[in-house]
Amino acid sequence: MKDQHLISLTVNGEPHEVLAESRRTLADVLRHDLGYTGTHLGCEHGICGACTVLVDGVPARSCLMFGVQADGAEIGTVEGLADGDRLSDLQEAFSRRHGLQCGFCTPGFLMLAEAFLAENPGATREEIREAVSANLCRCTGYQGIVEAVTEVAESRRERA
Amino acid sequence: MTGHGQGWIGKSFARKEDHRLLTGRGCFVDDRPRPDALHAAFVRSPVASAARVSVDLSEVSGVDGVRAAFASGELGVSGLTALLDREEFTATSMPILATGAVRYAGEPLAIVLAEDPYAAEDGAERASVDFEARQAVTSIEEALAPGAQGVHDELAANTFLDVAPFSDDEIDDVLASAPCVVRTSLRTGRQNALPLEPRGCLAEWVDRDEQLVLHVSTQVPHQVRTAAARCLGLAERQVRVVVTDVGGGFGLKCVVGREEIAAAAAALRLRRPVKWIEDRSEGLSASFHGRQQQYDVRAAFDAGGRILALDADIRCDVGAYSVFPFTSGVEPLMASAELPGVYRVPRYRARARAVATNKAPTAPYRGVSRPQIVAVMERLMERAARELSVDPLELRRRNLIDSFPYTGINGITYDPGSYRESLDLCERRLREEGWFDSRDGDRRVGIGFACFNERTGYGTEAFAQRKMAVVPGYDISEARMDPAGWVTVTTGTSAHGQGHETTLAQIAADQLGLHPDRIKVRQGDTDLVSYGWGTFGSRSAAIGGGAVRLSASRLADKIRTVAAHLLDTEAGNVDLVDGWCRRRDNQEDGLPIAEVAEVSYLRANRLPKDVDPGLSAEAAFDVLTSGTFSNATHGVVVELDPGTGSPRILRYLVVEDCGVVINPKIVDGQVRGGVAQGIAGALYEEIGYDAEGQPTAASLMDYLVPTASEIPEIGVEHLETPCAFTETGAKGMGEGGTIGAPAAVLNAVNDALRGTGVELDALPVRPEHIHRALERNR
Repeated sequence: MKDQHLISLTVNGEPHEVLAESRRTLADVLRHDLGYTGTHLGCEHGICGACTVLVDGVPARSCLMFGVQADGAEIGTVEGLADGDRLSDLQEAFSRRHGLQCGFCTPGFLMLAEAFLAENPGATREEIREAVSANLCRCTGYQGIVEAVTEVAESRRERA
Repeated sequence: MTGHGQGWIGKSFARKEDHRLLTGRGCFVDDRPRPDALHAAFVRSPVASAARVSVDLSEVSGVDGVRAAFASGELGVSGLTALLDREEFTATSMPILATGAVRYAGEPLAIVLAEDPYAAEDGAERASVDFEARQAVTSIEEALAPGAQGVHDELAANTFLDVAPFSDDEIDDVLASAPCVVRTSLRTGRQNALPLEPRGCLAEWVDRDEQLVLHVSTQVPHQVRTAAARCLGLAERQVRVVVTDVGGGFGLKCVVGREEIAAAAAALRLRRPVKWIEDRSEGLSASFHGRQQQYDVRAAFDAGGRILALDADIRCDVGAYSVFPFTSGVEPLMASAELPGVYRVPRYRARARAVATNKAPTAPYRGVSRPQIVAVMERLMERAARELSVDPLELRRRNLIDSFPYTGINGITYDPGSYRESLDLCERRLREEGWFDSRDGDRRVGIGFACFNERTGYGTEAFAQRKMAVVPGYDISEARMDPAGWVTVTTGTSAHGQGHETTLAQIAADQLGLHPDRIKVRQGDTDLVSYGWGTFGSRSAAIGGGAVRLSASRLADKIRTVAAHLLDTEAGNVDLVDGWCRRRDNQEDGLPIAEVAEVSYLRANRLPKDVDPGLSAEAAFDVLTSGTFSNATHGVVVELDPGTGSPRILRYLVVEDCGVVINPKIVDGQVRGGVAQGIAGALYEEIGYDAEGQPTAASLMDYLVPTASEIPEIGVEHLETPCAFTETGAKGMGEGGTIGAPAAVLNAVNDALRGTGVELDALPVRPEHIHRALERNR
């Protein structure tokens, strides 16, 4: 007795229609129905943040949302950050500052940081540290992540 | 030997892995699209201990989407048995699905296969489990108590392993007559390594290759192949294990899980691909744990503060099963062999036990027993210093090993390190920064240190001494150049975040005179390398890197031979530099390496008569001593909140020596990540169990993983004592951060509590313990 719903999503600017069960999470819709496997699932109960995507520009745990709740929404995932093969300033800073090791938590941190910087362009290093504490990383000890986001905040401010 | 001087080793070269991981193009095991796969869910035991269990799956098959379900006995697999060739060890088998008895809550009883993971879980929920519960054994004390319920019938006194590797008939006399004897009874909590990517696999029978292809999130592809072949009754050739990106392992993924074997067996029976992805509650409660140990140790010192003798009783709560291939002996054997650490210990007695309880089995979690033994030794140093009224750092200096190579009473030969220098530098930095003065005010500030070494290159000889029936150690690499002059290097090590694609390419680049971008490192596929031991125990740079350097150097030799023929000179007169073969006696004369490659494959008529076509070379490397030893001193400054007891880390400094540093950025990242996991074990994380054997931290709501708010910035300074036993001079260093942090943090907390009459010797140290200590003193 599957209850299927036809939903429409725009992911990184691409429109999609997909048939989803009511209980199917947005993460599974993105990963398995639409092939955006860059979004990762680390805990499926909203703590680790690896599944963070942007829903209408706001960071959300895609494991805690059902796909049907995102009907009509604009979704941003990690696949949309680079311009072709050219990395965004944040992605480059993560590499330069060694803000990733195994890379599993990385998409969630990138999406979280993008949304945070858009909302808080004047954020200090300590505010950035607090903001990224929403997500878990098990490899880096967080230092490279904090440094990368801080560096991008500073350079974006200079350019603005 | 030429090929030096390219200088790729030692450079913070940007990681080759990063681009795909930053753009969402990494490929973790659940990222493989397989629309035709069945998805597995497990029916798990609701109780920790039952003498008899049965599973009724009759309601399962009617669930929408479910295609099959198997209980134990219906899968046609044999269990996993890990062996030590020791009389003191009792072997027990771990069935793939529990049969007869149940030994921990969460133990898999049946596998359900469905068209999607949601339906598989629906199906698993419809299974009904009947059991005859019995008293669960939930602690070391309960397990060792006379008349305790047996976890396995065949185990005497609930003990898998009971060894006394070091005995000394006169040690009691030394302890009785010594001017100073100090004790510690240290306990550490059970932890989960918690890789962010849970375990998982995709199993598929491929007719054309007559192979079971098992994609799995593991650190040890070849050991998974060996285990799967044995359990499934296949030849090793009939199993191919493929590992792509792995989202962390930390030791938890260096043993073989039952679920992967069950999924493979189901794929064979059903002739359909089967995928299983662990969820976090399964991971926390029913995968593998580590760290739960108890120590009762006495140390005798002379009046001058020198250690006279060490007497240790070590008990490790290893849970319900011995894991393949390391066995439940890994923690007690490591602890008892390496307890003396960086100190000269003239007399030593140790007993070490692997104790069975009704809890999830343990795997060798990052650092394996070293976090505990370092905490033990560093607590003993602090206590003795106080008893003898000597500065604790001075007391350490009087005992540190300071001439190398040094062979200890434990039979281990330590290669040269900077034990004293790292302590001196760490102390000097914290003094210069004024932290010692910060102890003088009204605030509760404490400074803690930990001096330690970490065995990294455990070669075959070191593992053979452990008497494992499956003996890890060496590694194998092939270096192959294609007709266009690009190189593929294979390795039997298998990265899960450590950046091997970059560091191993740097090693090969220096040998071949090529940019690392021209070198592709391939790993994690059992069809690529005849055998390999994967990545654990910080072995990859030291041993895997040694094999890569040798294979690349042999390939370079062949390139020079061919180039010499084409240049009409001797091989010894050819240097490989920046993609060119240059005459050493005339740097203007030379030819591109790519031309040698083209001749070797496409114009083999131009080769010298005694040279075979093709450009490839294979090499194996092993560390044929007690292993390699990196060393470090950690210094940490902690402030306790006078109201809540909550500790805050004000400064963390690591001075470390891992021999030749191949890529400083990667090394610093390993140190910092390791320290973060060490702080996690010191202050936050613990898997508790209630009296019935139910885990009390089965979600991340209860298992407190520290975030960026709790982990401080971590300063790292390097000393560099090149290793005498490896090809690259590197020693490996993946675990040191985790090893040193608990001891340093515990010492700092106790230093901050000085004058309260309270000493804490259990980890994790929680604010409530500290608060109570402060209250008592109020």
